[in-house]
Amino acid sequence: MSQQASLYEQLGGEAAVNAAVDIFYRKVLSDDRINAFFEDVDMDKQAAKQKAFLTMAFGGPHNYTGLDMRRGHANLVERGLNDTHVDAVIENLGATLRELGVKEELIAQVAAIAESTRNDVLGR
Amino acid sequence: MVTIRYAKDNYELEDGQSVLDGLTSHGIYIPFSCRSGVCQTCLMRTTGGTPPEKSQQGLKDSLKLQNYFLACICHPTEDIEVALPNDKDVQAVIPATVKNLTLLNTEIMHVALECHAPLNYRAGQFINLFQNQTLGRSYSLASLPHEDEYLHLHVRRLPQGRVSGWIHEELRPGQTVGIRGPGGDCFYTPGDAEQGMVLIGTGSGLAPLYGIIRDALSQGHSGPIHLFHGSRDLTGLYLTEQLRDLVRQYSNFNYIPCLSGENVPDGFATGRAHDVAFQQIPNLKNWRLFLCGHPEMVQVAKRKAFLAGASMKHIYADAFNVSQSS
Repeated sequence: MSQQASLYEQLGGEAAVNAAVDIFYRKVLSDDRINAFFEDVDMDKQAAKQKAFLTMAFGGPHNYTGLDMRRGHANLVERGLNDTHVDAVIENLGATLRELGVKEELIAQVAAIAESTRNDVLGR
Repeated sequence: MVTIRYAKDNYELEDGQSVLDGLTSHGIYIPFSCRSGVCQTCLMRTTGGTPPEKSQQGLKDSLKLQNYFLACICHPTEDIEVALPNDKDVQAVIPATVKNLTLLNTEIMHVALECHAPLNYRAGQFINLFQNQTLGRSYSLASLPHEDEYLHLHVRRLPQGRVSGWIHEELRPGQTVGIRGPGGDCFYTPGDAEQGMVLIGTGSGLAPLYGIIRDALSQGHSGPIHLFHGSRDLTGLYLTEQLRDLVRQYSNFNYIPCLSGENVPDGFATGRAHDVAFQQIPNLKNWRLFLCGHPEMVQVAKRKAFLAGASMKHIYADAFNVSQSS
């Protein structure tokens, strides 16, 4: 494998995000620990948000800043979003990638990117 | 230099600038978030010209066909005119003459309208019908542009419904009304002709489904097509004979009338339409879904269909929201 290939390229780029988004969103909706935070009436909008999150976690193109993350999750933090919920999301993310046959070393890199947003997401 | 026309003004795009950047740099408010063509917050539509293919990545087929695009990744090479999805002023009100009014059952009126100007629509989309300049309601189209001469609507009379009450009580053939549209992305898109289709509707939610089914069949859809139409009792169902005729005519079409009340006669499924559908077809992976009617049913069925394996991009829904001021 080329040393230059980015994580996003190694995972398969946009096609990989498209393959992952339904699986991931389905897992999140079925997970009683966190599904209350994802009960958006507009499922299309919610799915687009999941896709944006996966693109970022896969190391793909995005322009989100820490401030965007804080603003975007402030109302969820008010509703009680905490570390255990972030853990559950990262767990579902890993399970999604495993289902798609992604190698553990790449899964660890994706988890690390998701992990890096934890403090912004939780507003601290 | 490419010019973008928006809200009757022209804006020139600088080299490499996206439509989003071009418009926001002039102080125009366009909602956006990721600026990478992913989150779909900056969804717009061309009302003149065609959006570049690349700016439509990840959108539903029915949105692509209606020239929707993502402004943040839109770099047009020709001049285009654009609008936000909810800019209503981009469509003019056009007059239409009432040609026929027939009760389909005790509470649903079939309305046939002759448009005074050609209306470019797809079966399953909706139009707004106006009682006067300010009072209008959305109704789905059951007709097919190429098969039916007139626009067909199924108008259910709502308790205290102002427009539906007027249509049922006062409207007469020969009268002219104003309509605007079409809108909505719940319609059949060609391609994948072998894909299985499940259509679930309650009450007058049959209107768009009746159009979509006939559209799919006339375009040669060869995969199985299952229609589940639900009502509490027998009097709420309608078009049953026409649908049974279609079953005889097309071997891939299946019609399952569902009754959620008591004393269900032979030939009808017992239960709510979406419950019956998900019982009969528990695994919806690779199926295309159409859900129309009561908002609560649509919301519950959408979630269930997705959890049963249907992909989000294959679920088309049209919730009949009842106006607060009905």
